[in-house]
Amino acid sequence: MNAILLLLTALLCVAMLVTAVTAIMVNSTPIAILAAGLISLLASVVFVLLAAPDVAMTEAAIGSGLTTFLFFFVLARVRAGSEDGGEL
Amino acid sequence: MPELIGSLMLVGGAVFLLLGGVGLIRMPDVLNRIQAGAKAVTLGTLFTLIGIALMRPEWALKLVLIALFILFTNPLSAQVLARAAHRLGGATDAKLTTVDRLAEDTAKAQQ
Amino acid sequence: MIDLLILLAALLVSVAFVLALYRFFKGPSAADRVVAFDTLTIVSITGIALIALLNERGIYLDVALVYALLSFLGVITIARYLENGL
Repeated sequence: MNAILLLLTALLCVAMLVTAVTAIMVNSTPIAILAAGLISLLASVVFVLLAAPDVAMTEAAIGSGLTTFLFFFVLARVRAGSEDGGEL
Repeated sequence: MPELIGSLMLVGGAVFLLLGGVGLIRMPDVLNRIQAGAKAVTLGTLFTLIGIALMRPEWALKLVLIALFILFTNPLSAQVLARAAHRLGGATDAKLTTVDRLAEDTAKAQQ
Repeated sequence: MIDLLILLAALLVSVAFVLALYRFFKGPSAADRVVAFDTLTIVSITGIALIALLNERGIYLDVALVYALLSFLGVITIARYLENGL
């Protein structure tokens, strides 16, 4: 049972790496923010697997919820403020 | 006996989750993918949580709370997402989905 | 028997997670990726509940509860941003 959970942790870490590469390589800003939120999701599952539920709860609330909301809020404000309506 | 029923429900819910994932891969356009990703996955999660509640009755209150939250919020987020995809345009490019009531209503309201 | 069924369910949930992750990496439009993100959140709620069952620790369910509350907020924010409504 322990080996299965460890294997699952390793697979999730590989998925986190691939998601981070996606966040760097992708062209549009909202998708990069979305990929950052996905990294927080995977990290929180890894924290649960490593028996740290309090850290996982904090990561879920701040990393995946609040940071994504804040990024999109600021991005909408910046888009509304740019007078030429430039692509962001 | 409740343990066996619970584990069978667990496997059934996991099968629904797998079907949701396959639908997310194989469906042709965005609205169909929202269909697969919202309905099948919600049903699979509800089955799984009820199965775990049958296996561990002392966790039942927390599991029912999670199930209620998912049941309330997931269809709502799917609806908002479908509206956003429709307004972005290009949501339906399959030949089968040709009925577009929301565009008709919008055109009627703008007249 | 019951342990085997739980492991089978964990395997199926992992395959569903990988399929949704593939749609997230591939997805041509932004809406596809948001759908995949939503599905990934719900599937990982199930995964956290299964981990709680495998480890016999009821406290892990609190993380799933926080996710059930917050995934909704994230997806609604992204959808409102995409349709210029935020």
